[in-house]
Amino acid sequence: MPLNIVCCVKQVPDPETPASAFRVDEAAKRVIPAPGIAPVISQFDQIAVEAALRIRDALGEAKITVLSLGPDSARDAIKTGLAMGADDGVLLNDPALFDGDGYSTAVALVAAIEKIGPADLVLCGRQATDWDAGVTGLAIAELMGVPSVSITRNVGVVEGKLQAERVLGDAFETVEVPMPCVVTVSNELGEPRYPKLPQIMAAARKQVTVWTAADLGLGPDQVGAAGARLSLERLYIPEVNSQVEFIAGDGPAELAVNLARKLREVKAI
Amino acid sequence: MPGESGILVLSEFEGDQLAGVSMEMLGAARRLAPALGQRVVATAFGSTAAEAAKQSIAFGADAAVIVASPELDEYRNDTWTVALTAVAREANPAIVLIGQTNVGRDLAPRFAVRLGTAVAMDCVDLSIRDGKLLMTRPCYGGSAHAQYTSKTMPQVATVRIKSQERLEPDLSRAGEVTTLAVDIATGDARVLGREEMKAEGLRIEDAKVVVSGGRGLGSKEGFDDLAELATVLGGAVGASRAVVDLGWVPVSIQVGLTGKIVTPDLYIAVGISGASQHLAGITGAKMIVAVNKDKDADIFKVSRFGAVSDWKPFLSAFIAECRRLKD
Repeated sequence: MPLNIVCCVKQVPDPETPASAFRVDEAAKRVIPAPGIAPVISQFDQIAVEAALRIRDALGEAKITVLSLGPDSARDAIKTGLAMGADDGVLLNDPALFDGDGYSTAVALVAAIEKIGPADLVLCGRQATDWDAGVTGLAIAELMGVPSVSITRNVGVVEGKLQAERVLGDAFETVEVPMPCVVTVSNELGEPRYPKLPQIMAAARKQVTVWTAADLGLGPDQVGAAGARLSLERLYIPEVNSQVEFIAGDGPAELAVNLARKLREVKAI
Repeated sequence: MPGESGILVLSEFEGDQLAGVSMEMLGAARRLAPALGQRVVATAFGSTAAEAAKQSIAFGADAAVIVASPELDEYRNDTWTVALTAVAREANPAIVLIGQTNVGRDLAPRFAVRLGTAVAMDCVDLSIRDGKLLMTRPCYGGSAHAQYTSKTMPQVATVRIKSQERLEPDLSRAGEVTTLAVDIATGDARVLGREEMKAEGLRIEDAKVVVSGGRGLGSKEGFDDLAELATVLGGAVGASRAVVDLGWVPVSIQVGLTGKIVTPDLYIAVGISGASQHLAGITGAKMIVAVNKDKDADIFKVSRFGAVSDWKPFLSAFIAECRRLKD
């Protein structure tokens, strides 16, 4: 049987949004989408799809399902994965599932992973670039009761076991775990492949399966905001008191000398 | 379990002393404890646990619960989750603090879910409001801050390195150390190897001066100039994630949310636009100085001094002047 891989992807506001266009609705405790800037697949999640494709390339076969939880627009994040080469897409689109924390989101994703079929490997990004928490992937592993390897590069399947290198800042540690398992990937894995036009067109035609909480057999109190263990009390943009002093000078050399002297004056060097 | 009480701090040990973030969390816990009228309990694992407990008490813990099994000497996701869960069930704390380290990032989510509770990751501020822990953490790459409370017990937070103040150690502080016997079954995970990336010379986490470069340098050769400046200033070289992803420099010198948190006296950013995920790594720097040809670059908003210039001619003159001033 070919390996069954599920990649969990999230659609997020484009992290390249300029700071000047970044706005928060404090009353609703939400980020206001910047006008004219489309949401994107979270970068680490796209790398998770790349990791799955590399495994399929190495093994010759594997079935890759891209799974997302979000509104209609999240279909685009799934399509990105399909255009890269994934086989199937599943979208959990139900307001009851939205605005969860890492815990309640993982509850829904695990139910979907089980409904998709027995997964050998679940791949996630190390953290989504909106909330930056890095909880959901590991929560999926814990709820499934399977091993996990987090924040990795060089993910592969060797003799039926999963090997991945943990990125530890000052070291890389190669870990081997039996499957099924959950692996989260980091940017050190490498750039995700760029879809070619025919693949983009084929992906556009592909059906994405849509499920609700009821399809997953989950009650509304288990998932989404109602099932969340964390309560968001406040969301705000921290104040930055810009007090920059621009150094004066005619040309780079003079600027440089003036800056060096200024730093000496304030005893910074 | 009702009747939760106390702040449990996971103390990590590095070499022969507590990890900095563990000292900082004990300081934070000490600060929070009076508002709750509760005590601070440290926990530590492995052969060094007794020594870690002793140091934890000196840094602010009232007591410690240790699991001294040698199977816990090396961090493993499966064994440490079992140990920490056992300690939490025994101590029944209201709050659990874990460092946002290689260990904490991997351990805290599984630990929290196993206890049926939540975790707020990478907190930079902790306070008590109406008897509950208010956990503040940056999100959206640092563009926003979110404040959370936990609906479930215990309230679990991971704490960003260098975000909290440590106390002066007091070796005369006394506290009871309890050893907990936990059956540590070796799990399914095997470590096949480890490749150390020893940064040459000074580590950026320890450097008083950090000179960092970004995509604006145009090529990896620009880092030779930065290295020269770093040598003149007795500092270390850092980098933005963009240039690490481009393969110009190793990940060990990456500064930012997914890299290193640095707290030098002087941080010089050259050709770095100041993406918020980079800024998240330098909020603890005493002084930030930026060189960028775009006067609207976000890096200037957090800088004390700025120079709007092409980096290359600037840097050669800057290195020469710094060298002259040093002599």
